Amino acid sequence: MANNNRMLIKGNYAIAEAAIDAGCRFYAGYPITPQNEIPEYMSKRMPEVNGVFMQAESELISINLVFGAAVAGARAMTTSSSPGISLMQEGISYMAGCELPGVIVNVMRGGPGLGNISPSQSDYFQAVKPGHGDYRLIVLAPHNTQEMYDFTFEAFDLADKYRNPVMVLTDGLLGQIMESIELKRKKPELLNQKKEWALTGAKGRKGQRIVSLLMDPGALEKHNFHLQEKYDLIRKQEKRYEKFNITDDTEYLIVAFGTVARVSKGTIKLDKDKRIGLFRPITLFPFPYEELKEVAKNVKKIFVFEMNLGQMLDDVKIAIENSEKIEFYGRPGGGVPTSEELLNFILKRI
Amino acid sequence: MKEKIIYKKPDSLTDINFSYCPGCGHSTVHKIIAEIVDELNLREKIIGVAPVGCAVFAYNFWNFDVSEAAHGRTPAVATAIKRVLPDRLVFSYQGDGDLASIGMAEIIHTANRGENITVIFINNTNYGMTGGQLAPTTLLSQKTTTSPYGRDAKNYGYPVKMLELLSPLEGVKYLERVKVTDAASVIKAKNAIKKGFTYQMQNIGFSMIEVLSSCPANWRKEPVEANKLIDEEIVKVFPLGKIKDIK
Repeated sequence: MANNNRMLIKGNYAIAEAAIDAGCRFYAGYPITPQNEIPEYMSKRMPEVNGVFMQAESELISINLVFGAAVAGARAMTTSSSPGISLMQEGISYMAGCELPGVIVNVMRGGPGLGNISPSQSDYFQAVKPGHGDYRLIVLAPHNTQEMYDFTFEAFDLADKYRNPVMVLTDGLLGQIMESIELKRKKPELLNQKKEWALTGAKGRKGQRIVSLLMDPGALEKHNFHLQEKYDLIRKQEKRYEKFNITDDTEYLIVAFGTVARVSKGTIKLDKDKRIGLFRPITLFPFPYEELKEVAKNVKKIFVFEMNLGQMLDDVKIAIENSEKIEFYGRPGGGVPTSEELLNFILKRI
Repeated sequence: MKEKIIYKKPDSLTDINFSYCPGCGHSTVHKIIAEIVDELNLREKIIGVAPVGCAVFAYNFWNFDVSEAAHGRTPAVATAIKRVLPDRLVFSYQGDGDLASIGMAEIIHTANRGENITVIFINNTNYGMTGGQLAPTTLLSQKTTTSPYGRDAKNYGYPVKMLELLSPLEGVKYLERVKVTDAASVIKAKNAIKKGFTYQMQNIGFSMIEVLSSCPANWRKEPVEANKLIDEEIVKVFPLGKIKDIK
């Protein structure tokens, strides 16, 4: 594959290869379906690039290994699927508190509990409203294999830029399908940015520390305000979305992310009257509220489609004041809607 | 006449006063670690990982790089730092709740992989920071705030002997149990920790030094009485000396 930048690749492998291309040289993971291709691929690939592959004893350890690698200044990643991400929430919160960069990929499956291994979007909440404490992750939601590669690649620069964990939120369907994609094979912008804060031994300086424990009166409050300022900057600078088939004549707007956005594009092609457009949030945090509000202004109805029972729906309602215009259709527990199914729902409600 | 300096505060300690209770073993162990770091000239290449528990503020006292870790995850964090920076010296410093309870999986797998790190394990038979609750290392019949009638094995199980538990693992190269109740034992403890660091520098592999440490505040004892308890009773449950040394 070395000299050919175009390749047919499975979504999960695209994530792994993107991480390698982005300079990730530390990977820790634990087996869980439907993301097993990633640790398997990394166990072979990491030694080839003098990186570290570690099979952790649990997802709890995966994220703490990533924490440690980040402390030492490495670009690090872990991947898992929904129940495993739940286990990682402690470590992700510590990373956010300590302002450590790192990439976490969630190849979502059905829940709650052990659920099943079918594709799902039911971790929207735990991605955009994560674990304990007042913090945010940057959350990128790909909707095809190219984006699995691109967003994972870019996640490392974003993590370093803001010293914040970044989550790539995808699902078992995108993880398993194969598509032809273009590999970047270029150097990430911030790869060689010096990490003065990293712990590498106190050469010629006093010892420094990486901590989230701030016990002095007011210190933690101040730290939280500092984090919030950073999230505001991220809101200002990193919002991403796609407008598909939206014209002045668009009467009905679909709002969907990831796999469902892709299915919705099929729905739009099936619509003979060409009245339907799609607004696809790409960053789930920061969520493109204002942009959605603008697009939704003149449409008759807004259809929110998700593979859960209404999680992103909350954010759509924040964006759109007149929630009477909103119709929701969701498939929970591993159900994947078809384009026809979504079109039928729209036709019934208009 | 020119003064000859025969004793000074190690460079590897900051000027911040220890915040530990009078008689607590943590201060002694912190200091001997700092002395070893000075003696082996490691201040600019050592990275410590502090636990959650009484020693959570260890990073305030050491003048070298120290990271926080979530409760019990300390060996995982240390492992990753060492894997990323194999030419640095990396140690974790953990209490008995951190290491033997919530972090049991981390310590066993880190040891079993034979990670080339040094673990300093402070065993004071209780959760000091949170007010003296029962730890895996609490002695049978010992009263704590969560074993008010004393530890009985039927309800709470038996004291966990971590070194003996880790000893059969092939990745483990050096295990020694020490105490810091008097000058002679402090010197022994220092030698053991120094050996752990030296083994790591020689890429020998995983080592762990368990320090029996007093907790006068939670044991409700005067410091001298607390040390006496270690010397007379606790060593019977947690025998001192080398448990394993592959060299």
